[in-house]
Amino acid sequence: MSLRTPLARVRGLGSARDGTHHWWMQRLTAVALVPVALWLVGSVIALAGAPHHDFVRWAGHPFNATVLLILIFATFYHAKLGLQVVIEDYVHNEWVKLPVLVLISFAAIFLGIISSVAVLKMAFAG
Amino acid sequence: MANVERPLSPHLQIYRPQLTSMMSISHRATGIALAAGTLLLVWWLVAAAAGADAYDTAQDWIGSWLGVLLLIGWSYALFYHLLNGIRHLVWDAGYGFELDVAYKSGWAVVGGSVALTLLAWLIGLIAY
Repeated sequence: MSLRTPLARVRGLGSARDGTHHWWMQRLTAVALVPVALWLVGSVIALAGAPHHDFVRWAGHPFNATVLLILIFATFYHAKLGLQVVIEDYVHNEWVKLPVLVLISFAAIFLGIISSVAVLKMAFAG
Repeated sequence: MANVERPLSPHLQIYRPQLTSMMSISHRATGIALAAGTLLLVWWLVAAAAGADAYDTAQDWIGSWLGVLLLIGWSYALFYHLLNGIRHLVWDAGYGFELDVAYKSGWAVVGGSVALTLLAWLIGLIAY
């Protein structure tokens, strides 16, 4: 038997019952990012000052392209989740909070896709 | 309904800053800084895919004094967020909540992030 009043149910108030997924995905992407971020640092150091064609050859290699795609996906998912809780913690005006949250999601998706396309282009078209 | 101004108990004015709370807000701050910095990462990748001209423009900007400064800051934020993130994951597993352990791991993160940043830049400059 639900303790929510009919009005509360209609308004959509109360628990969204989805918090666990957010928590778990934040941890999952975090775990993935530990080795991948270190790999990025090492790769950037190794590529310091490299000319364009060297970089493209490196990024186009199947292994590097794959890890880059994983890095991109995990980073923007993790960032989106993190920024979401920051906004939810500090912004309480519903009219500001909602558009900002949507914008963050859209930005994460756009940046994720454009950087993935860049990696794929270097992998397939050189 | 949520916008009615209600009085809040003083918190920032009352609580003494401690390593635990300062590191917690720093974890959030570095996270935000890293998110902002991904824009530079995306630019760099897209420029590389776009062609040599675009790539050289991006490299020149990143190599400028402002670019290097931001990169140093971003790399420090990365190492701090990475090490403190691992500290968080250890807490998620249920370990390390004792006060002395939390302080030791905290200082280890602070020291480790500075050390890793210095190390990375040292190696990078030598390799360059």
